[in-house]
Amino acid sequence: MSTVVIEAAGLTKRYGKSVAVDGIDLAVEKGEVFGLLGPNGSGKTTTILMLLGLTEPSGGQVRVLGYDPLRQPLEVKRRVGYLPDSVGFYDHLSARENLAYSARLAGIPAAEARKRIEAALVRVGLGAVADRRTNTFSHGMRQRLGLAEVLIKQPEVAILDEPTNGLDPQATQELLTLIGELRRDGITILLSSHLLGLVQTICDRVALFRKGRIGLVGTVSDLARQVLGGAYVVEVEAEGVDLKAALAGVEGIVAVTPVNGSMSRVDAHQDLRPEIARRVISAGGALRNMAIRRAGLDEVYVRYFEQAESGKEVANAA
Amino acid sequence: MRREGSPFTGLATVALKEAADHLSSVRMHLVMLLVLLTAAGSIYGAIGQIKNTVASDPFLFLRLFTTAQDPLPSFVFFLGFLLPLVSIALAFDSINGEYGRRTMSRILAQPIYRDAVLTGKFLGGLIVLAICLITLWLLMTGLGILLLGLPPSGEEVLRGIAFLIASLAYAGVWLAVALLFSTIFRSPATSALAALTLWLLFSIFWTMLTPLLANGISPVDPLDPMTQVANLNWNEAISRISPNTLYAEMTQGLLNPGTRSFGVIFMSQLEGALMGAPLPFSQSALLIWPQLAGLVAIMLVIFTIAYVSFQRQEIRA
Repeated sequence: MSTVVIEAAGLTKRYGKSVAVDGIDLAVEKGEVFGLLGPNGSGKTTTILMLLGLTEPSGGQVRVLGYDPLRQPLEVKRRVGYLPDSVGFYDHLSARENLAYSARLAGIPAAEARKRIEAALVRVGLGAVADRRTNTFSHGMRQRLGLAEVLIKQPEVAILDEPTNGLDPQATQELLTLIGELRRDGITILLSSHLLGLVQTICDRVALFRKGRIGLVGTVSDLARQVLGGAYVVEVEAEGVDLKAALAGVEGIVAVTPVNGSMSRVDAHQDLRPEIARRVISAGGALRNMAIRRAGLDEVYVRYFEQAESGKEVANAA
Repeated sequence: MRREGSPFTGLATVALKEAADHLSSVRMHLVMLLVLLTAAGSIYGAIGQIKNTVASDPFLFLRLFTTAQDPLPSFVFFLGFLLPLVSIALAFDSINGEYGRRTMSRILAQPIYRDAVLTGKFLGGLIVLAICLITLWLLMTGLGILLLGLPPSGEEVLRGIAFLIASLAYAGVWLAVALLFSTIFRSPATSALAALTLWLLFSIFWTMLTPLLANGISPVDPLDPMTQVANLNWNEAISRISPNTLYAEMTQGLLNPGTRSFGVIFMSQLEGALMGAPLPFSQSALLIWPQLAGLVAIMLVIFTIAYVSFQRQEIRA
């Protein structure tokens, strides 16, 4: 059973003549972690702002939890938590006071808000500095405080814009762990990022943005299959053999690319190491080394934008 | 397309938070210190003057506000000059400051409309101004009772309260101006400078510009006395564009019960008038009503412009 919680059809945003978001279609299902992936300026934040009703779309339809963010923004914002890109706080207030202000704006009763704030601060690891002014907070602490603000709302959907932007690896890991916990609570998460490896580890599905359009949507391995042709990459180091000729006709091999010297890269649908080894040896080559890995989002990303740049259609590659 | 839900959701929360922020901010303390010092100085001067001269004045208390002792101007003059500064200090960074701190999108992601943010900030500023004005007035009254040894009469209290309302409307105009600049300009420094420029224009240069403009529009012909009247009328109309003029006229009408009219008056109109006899409060209130309505109207117009520009703004810079 799957219910769509965020739905967009033909969503468009124009600023004068330039088009920031160009007719995107999106469907995020309940309970999944959905990643918006793309370079800076590809329309991710604008899309998020339109989902929250903070920016008026120039065209298209949006539904968030069944509400129209344009006509019923309060209903949407009551149920959706939002962590903006490099979030800011009132410097002269303590972490607790900042959260209390948001809780009052969200209309949470004072006694309930106190409990939730305490719990949220402890959960994001800021319990010890709850009464410190936020101007002493590091960037990572601010991001975690932002996440605490999302938590006190007890949202059905959390939208996180570049949550790991500018964080050091440890802070990133902590934040990702927290996001993982949110998901276990049953919160649907939509996050945007240009950091691929991290998105790959937590996202169920990913949408690749490019110049205001969504190029590809799907799970990481789907995307890998579509863009790279295969989901597995086998690196083969063999001497005295023309690998391309030797592997011709093998079922499941998508491409054989020489890397350098005796190294080659083989894209495949399955784990074809035994078959490759057989072919190399029967062709009289010396097999030195062979390693297999799953295709990562990094490769998908790089390859996709390469293809897009060179004008090739993604559909042809699939 | 209609939107659902009340635009007033969260209004009180924003207003109270803003008021609390202002009351504890260093900026506010500095400006209020300035106001208090000038107030103390002018009262001290006024009391010396009052003790020497007018012992039988029926409105001794009101003289406290209006008497000037060289070299110090009167309290109302100081207030007319400094209240805009207080308002500007309160509001010049209210909207662009939120963008600068990157708190705007976080606040607007809460279930409130933008209306609540802007209106809440304006109301918060007004609350603080009201608190300050009332405190100032009570301090003055207390000081007067101590130093003059006289309690204020009922009529004087009434006029004092009307004066407070007039001051609040005047300060509100400048609050709206500063708020407007803070929505138009993205940098707090620019909006502060713009507001201060306007303040200097109206509090210092407007009185110099007025006769120039009036003479240009309606020159005086020495052979035709009516051109002189027309010139004076123009002069008056132009000077009343400035909220400072409106405020000065209101304080004069309220705190000087002998004031019968502003501007040109013919001898024939004065027939039967008891010169210098004080008007009852209701007549003084009637006299200043157009000025008060004018100030409130300016405030609302400027606030509306700020509102429209804020509603159309992109949340992301």
